[in-house]
Amino acid sequence: MGSSGAGFPVAFTLNKSSVQAVATPGERLSYTLRERLARRDVKVGCNAGDCGACTVLVDGEPVCACLMATPQASGRTVDTLAGLITYDPLAQRLAESFQAHAAAQCGICTPGMMVTAVALLRRVPKPTPEVVEEALGGVLCRCTGYRKIIDAVCDAGRGAWPEPPGTGEVGAAIRKLDGQSKVTGQELFSDDLATAGSLVLRVLRSPHARAGFRFGNLEAYLSEAPGIEAVLTADDVPGQNLFGVIPGFIDQPVFAEHEARFRGEAVAAVVGDAEVMQTFDMTRFPVEWVPRPAVEGIDAALSPCAEQLHTGHANNVMCSGLVRCGDADSALEKADVTAEGQFTTAYVEHAYIEPEAAFAYVENGRLVIHAGTQAPVMNRESLALILGMDEDRIRIAPTAVGGGFGSKLDLSIQPLVALAALKTDRPVRATYSRAESMQSTTKRHPAQINLKVGAKADGTLCGMRFDGTFNTGAYASWGPTVANRVPVHASGPYCVADYHAASTAVYTNGPPSGAFRGFGVPQSAIAQETLFDELAEALEMDALEFRILNALSAGQPTVCGQVFDKGVGIKACLEALRPAWKEGRAAAHAFNLDAEAHDSPLRRGVGVAAGWYGCGNTSLPNPSTIRAGLRADGTVVLHQGAMDIGQGANTVIAQIFAQALGLPVRGIQIVGPDTDITPDGGKTSASRQTFVSGNAAKLTGEALRRRILSMVNASETSNLSTAEGQIVVADTAQTHRIDLTKLPPDKEGYVLQACESYDPPTKPLDENGQGIPYAQFGYAAHMAEIEVDLSLGTVKARRFTAAHDVGQAINPLLVEGQVHGGIAQGLGMALMEEYLPGRTENLHDYLIPTTGDMPPVETFIIEDPDAHGPYGAKGLGEHVLIPTAPALLNAIAHASGIRIRQVPATPSVVLAALREAGHG
Amino acid sequence: MGYHIATSLNDALDVLAQTRARIIAGGTDVYPSMGDGPPPAELLDITRLDALRGIDQENGAWRIGAATRWSDIVKADFPSAFNGLKAAARQVGGWQIQNAGTVAGNICNASPAADGVPPLLTLDAEVEVMSTSGTRRIALSEFISGARQTDLRPGEMVTALYIPILPETIQGRFLKLGTRKYLVISIAMVAALIDLDENQRIRFARVAVGACSAVAQRLPGLEAALIGTSPKTVAEDSSLWRSHLAPLSPITDARGSETYRTEAAATLCRRAVLACMEREDG
Repeated sequence: MGSSGAGFPVAFTLNKSSVQAVATPGERLSYTLRERLARRDVKVGCNAGDCGACTVLVDGEPVCACLMATPQASGRTVDTLAGLITYDPLAQRLAESFQAHAAAQCGICTPGMMVTAVALLRRVPKPTPEVVEEALGGVLCRCTGYRKIIDAVCDAGRGAWPEPPGTGEVGAAIRKLDGQSKVTGQELFSDDLATAGSLVLRVLRSPHARAGFRFGNLEAYLSEAPGIEAVLTADDVPGQNLFGVIPGFIDQPVFAEHEARFRGEAVAAVVGDAEVMQTFDMTRFPVEWVPRPAVEGIDAALSPCAEQLHTGHANNVMCSGLVRCGDADSALEKADVTAEGQFTTAYVEHAYIEPEAAFAYVENGRLVIHAGTQAPVMNRESLALILGMDEDRIRIAPTAVGGGFGSKLDLSIQPLVALAALKTDRPVRATYSRAESMQSTTKRHPAQINLKVGAKADGTLCGMRFDGTFNTGAYASWGPTVANRVPVHASGPYCVADYHAASTAVYTNGPPSGAFRGFGVPQSAIAQETLFDELAEALEMDALEFRILNALSAGQPTVCGQVFDKGVGIKACLEALRPAWKEGRAAAHAFNLDAEAHDSPLRRGVGVAAGWYGCGNTSLPNPSTIRAGLRADGTVVLHQGAMDIGQGANTVIAQIFAQALGLPVRGIQIVGPDTDITPDGGKTSASRQTFVSGNAAKLTGEALRRRILSMVNASETSNLSTAEGQIVVADTAQTHRIDLTKLPPDKEGYVLQACESYDPPTKPLDENGQGIPYAQFGYAAHMAEIEVDLSLGTVKARRFTAAHDVGQAINPLLVEGQVHGGIAQGLGMALMEEYLPGRTENLHDYLIPTTGDMPPVETFIIEDPDAHGPYGAKGLGEHVLIPTAPALLNAIAHASGIRIRQVPATPSVVLAALREAGHG
Repeated sequence: MGYHIATSLNDALDVLAQTRARIIAGGTDVYPSMGDGPPPAELLDITRLDALRGIDQENGAWRIGAATRWSDIVKADFPSAFNGLKAAARQVGGWQIQNAGTVAGNICNASPAADGVPPLLTLDAEVEVMSTSGTRRIALSEFISGARQTDLRPGEMVTALYIPILPETIQGRFLKLGTRKYLVISIAMVAALIDLDENQRIRFARVAVGACSAVAQRLPGLEAALIGTSPKTVAEDSSLWRSHLAPLSPITDARGSETYRTEAAATLCRRAVLACMEREDG
């Protein structure tokens, strides 16, 4: 028998090479591959077999490397994506097809998807979509909505995939410029940069929603634990032990002091050698907990006898928001029909497949941090305050981000590794486990909404009163943004003359709620869009026509009194759905008649909903700056600091810049983001990068072009091209050749530079919420076709049709990718996702959609150009999930007659509602 | 800490006799149960024992080796009574999990929602348990003694499952209900075995329900009541189901309420039995 205590020598074939490693007993193959054999293309998402990101082939069979003990691989053949891509023609075809479909967004699930797909294509050379769905059912993706991946695998099997025409000009559906590294296993994410020998940090977290705590003798603990270099607590924070994102609401400690305010809050950290920390038992940390009664949920927080959680916030109210115009109450009294309801939504977890990870070290007296983030410059500002350091002594060099969706705007793991690197003067890395990621990072705000809407007999809206309360959890995070944004958006994209919308955000002892795709608007849209269906029903009007009748048009004021002269495309979005709507409703009707006749429990339904979303910060400055330079060899370098978290900023911003400059996008070299070399592209949030950073890129491209043209006095319509050491300017009359080698390079090696900023024109809102909150809105309408099983309460989505007014699609392929991914997240929110602290802290109890849950999507791109957007373009990232959940709820109502006012509408919830309504 | 790779069955049993090693095969339960903590102090790896993997017939019974993987079940050439077991095998996690997770691991983990247990209960599976002091066989229904509890004693390991050979005409089905399609833990699940007489009435019935009590269980009352019934009765007589589900004791949790589970179990029982009677392949 083979037996080993300390180290276990193993030898196997890895990517066609013989390798040897010594693993600790019980070590996972994923750890050995990543940490001992440098195969960091093997991604770890959950360490529990729930996500499939770590899939490798062992003797040709796909398995989760996180569930295999390393000795089990001994003598076997192991293939990872980085190997397969070099020698397996199927992997190479998959890489091309994935690129052609933009099937890799953030790219963190891509190795697991592609490795599994290789195994499938070896068995089934030309699979159908259904076969691909089942084969990939064990790999989760949070970005793409799976359909592009399924198409890519089918096309790889056929050996033919679409290739976009064009050279990458604005409007061309080109491949992602940063896609190649994602489909070959070369992309480096948050946990992929740390060097061997780095110390490893682990966090001690509160097991209670609210608890006092006392540490034991930390010095003795430190001295008695071999391999442990440091213990960190709040006492080790040299600057302010606080962070946050909204001025006036900076309230979250890096390490809790005296009392932990939510389950999972960090109270201390241990830093030690990697080998020791690999099997370190955090439960032996000397801490004594004193659990205290926790404030759980909105009602408890607002109760008169509730504990007051933060000083200066009476009744646990963190902040509130208000927008009103006309006279909502008297309009509702005059309305011919009204509808009203109370709605509740759950905590929703972002569930990106990449848990937080970071790597920090000190270099030449400066602190360097590598981590996935959505906001490098904001992170640096916060870190400077925490560390008591000047900002220029901190460099944030973000890695690729394995999904963000809002939660990676906030600091999480970065201050911990920063403090540890400074204290130990050694490189320090940390990686959150899936449970830590879920417990400690922000969530979507649970909401309780009361809404009443009215309409006249002719169908025009007549009065709307909205009252929403949002559970912001233990700390503010982006709660104030949600409170401000929701009243502006709660009307939906409609003309509502008499409107009153109030919002309140309350503190509780739940996990902090923050930014999550839509900032509260998906919650308010559920209430508004489902009650609009009820109004239409009461008026015996078609639900789509009711919306078209009331849709906002250019020239009509929004509820904030803002009037757009152009670029209000909601009516066009809704009208684009008309053919599918009529066909779908008729087909559902026919199906249901047949089902009733045959005593089948299945019923089909079709629902519609609309949405809008203002791009950028609400009435606050949010500038972006883009810089570009021309090297003497003719290379154009774009300093792109806007974080690409999978949505495609690296491609879209480069396309805009290239169009403005007048050179093909493929020759442009992109650098960054890195706070040392890229200017501030602002945060990747609020659907602002295409609009705001895109405008900065356009201005920069135009400025660089002007500088080039002015050197030879060429006309604005000249054609540019580059050659070795030259820029060729072809004017109508003559062709100029600028010899760049003769120009003096600056200290960065550029012979010409341009740097421009853009800040959207907004105006503050007055006490009634009147003003100009956003320079532009994007618009959306979704149609969901579903099937309900009346006996089991299960809901299966069969098809989505989505219309989006994006002003101008910079890259239609990436627009579709955003639409698909947003719909998948909206579907999850509607039907299955609920984060319950202590109960759904993993990816088998917290369910996100799989390949089998996400049906095909037909996307209509509407282009009603915006006055301010680059080439008329609008943001899109958040619009894509706002209408999804209410469209599904409306479809359930169409199929079964029941109105569900809480999400998620799990089978249990749906069946209870069916029974209450007398079904069965 | 130690990691032992068993090179023979006796070797494995010796390690178990001498240590309190936790057995690891597919790792699909061992690793998730670690959470963020260190691995078990002692692990016994049984994946190198060829004798523990494989499916064959001996002495009038099917023998399924303990370390047989779910993907082996999917590929096996079984008669139609095993259709439910094969359907369950295709729903144990995803493909990756089916390539690693073992049949014995599923029963030893003893989750109330173990996918393999209801079909194995309908097949009257017996568990072979060995230790250095001998071999014993025990019915699966007795082997799993509670939620996360088995009859396994210190020093023992499961080496095989034995399933009596059944008439070729028996049809098996398995229905799993979850909140999403793949990679889902059941809210409720049902396995059924049905055989019909020449008048298309039920002459043989076994029904087991999982995730609706601490241990999945057969419903003998329902099975008896089904004998002699016609497809029409099965389809239309709703009282048949509700009255015989009393042995179940479903809980309310994040996946579903007690009421929901009870109702869903009745629906699934009816559908599983009807599906068997339709005699479709697979």
